[in-house]
Amino acid sequence: MVNPMPDNQSHPDMSAGAGQAELPIKVQARDVCVSYSGKQALNHVSIDVPDRSVTAFIGPSGCGKSTFLRCLNRMNDTIEGAKVVGSLKIDGLEVNDKSVDPVVLRANVGMVFQKPNPFPKSIYDNVAYGPRIHGLALSKDELDAIVEDSLKKAGLWDEVADRLNHPGTGLSGGQQQRLVIARAIAVNPEVILMDEPCSALDPIATAKIEELIDELRENYCIIIVTHSMQQAARVSQQTAFFHMGNLVEYGTTEEIFTNPRDPRTQDYITGRFG
Amino acid sequence: MALSKTAHIVTAYGEELDQLNDELARMGGLVETQLTAAINAIVRRDAGVAGEVRQREKQVNAMHVDIEKRVLRLFALRQPLATDLRMTISALKISTDLERVGDLAKNIAYRAKDLSAYPALGLMDRVERLGAIVIQQLHEVLDALSSLDVEPAIRVWRADDEVDERYNALVREMLISMGEDSSLVEPGVHILFVAKNLERIGDHATNIAEALHFMVTAAPLEADTPPAS
Repeated sequence: MVNPMPDNQSHPDMSAGAGQAELPIKVQARDVCVSYSGKQALNHVSIDVPDRSVTAFIGPSGCGKSTFLRCLNRMNDTIEGAKVVGSLKIDGLEVNDKSVDPVVLRANVGMVFQKPNPFPKSIYDNVAYGPRIHGLALSKDELDAIVEDSLKKAGLWDEVADRLNHPGTGLSGGQQQRLVIARAIAVNPEVILMDEPCSALDPIATAKIEELIDELRENYCIIIVTHSMQQAARVSQQTAFFHMGNLVEYGTTEEIFTNPRDPRTQDYITGRFG
Repeated sequence: MALSKTAHIVTAYGEELDQLNDELARMGGLVETQLTAAINAIVRRDAGVAGEVRQREKQVNAMHVDIEKRVLRLFALRQPLATDLRMTISALKISTDLERVGDLAKNIAYRAKDLSAYPALGLMDRVERLGAIVIQQLHEVLDALSSLDVEPAIRVWRADDEVDERYNALVREMLISMGEDSSLVEPGVHILFVAKNLERIGDHATNIAEALHFMVTAAPLEADTPPAS
């Protein structure tokens, strides 16, 4: 892919600017480049993502937003031919350092996908799975407490408390997505990545997930990839616009949606862009 | 004229924004004509203009309602963002100001009818001058709106002080004249209302300048706003 921008223009402001200064930086990327079998997918992305807030990544398909998301929990490791360079730190620790165990990293950096993907197990076991393999509970009571707490945080407890042994796959799409979020929360992550978490859901289920995201941001650093401009505007405090592998513009969500500085951002969010 | 050089992917959306702009420009033109006619009526002591101005005011009101509907529809169906959002919200604000200007112009035309019953007053040249400045202010800001040019808008905004000064001077002199000659009290009250209406129209011109400035730059127009380069 040809980089349409000269190097000196490929570094927009790394911090989202006013209003976010008081929040500590959770994720820090510097000059992150990703290629798949030699094909460049991400060019020198540098960004500071604050903790305890929601950051939306927007941009057309193939712009690199999901690629960048996948770097954060090293999911690109699983893709043959993928090469990630540059510095990517969570809480100051280099994600790609050899000493980092990807399994531990992925517990710390939870991921929610476009399509709900509960395990073919009971509701209880879906949530208990992570704490079990990571040894987070010493007794059945402790595990029960983690499951209940996680389901409550995901806003699903009241709907499933009386049928925890039913299969997770039997829930509605919106409930499954909240189950998956409960599953991610159960292993005490610090960062939650969401890749178009509502694109398969109806508006009511979407509203419930968005309400949940708003509640979760008190305790987590949330990064959401979305194709819905309205969703980005509704749920996030910062928005980053990616285009052709470049981070074009990053700012407070209000600023991005009322007064974007880059004409590419402007054209994309107003629907003037192919 | 559009704020973005690129066309919308959804043609109908782009057309709706263009139509909103066109309607706003037409409304501006009509209101300007309205104000010019009303001030001419005062200056020429023409009692016959009032009816005509009232007819046009109904048209202005209908356009205001139409623009409100268009804006509501755009928000509900298109959810405009960035320049489109600023344009849509500014169009609503500007049309509200224009509607008020139309209303004030109608009031002025009515005063012309009342004033024609009295002998010509000595201070009419001051009223004429104030009227000319206010028409110029409105004309310049509407021109700036059609070209989306913030520089003349900032000039208009700053020039409102002159309108206020002339208005205050006129009121002072009118009060002195009325004090000296009680036969001037009745026509003088009409003149004071005309002057007040003109001063208010000047304020609406500055409101339009502010809305235009926000539309183009996303920043409020404030006392320390530098002249556009």
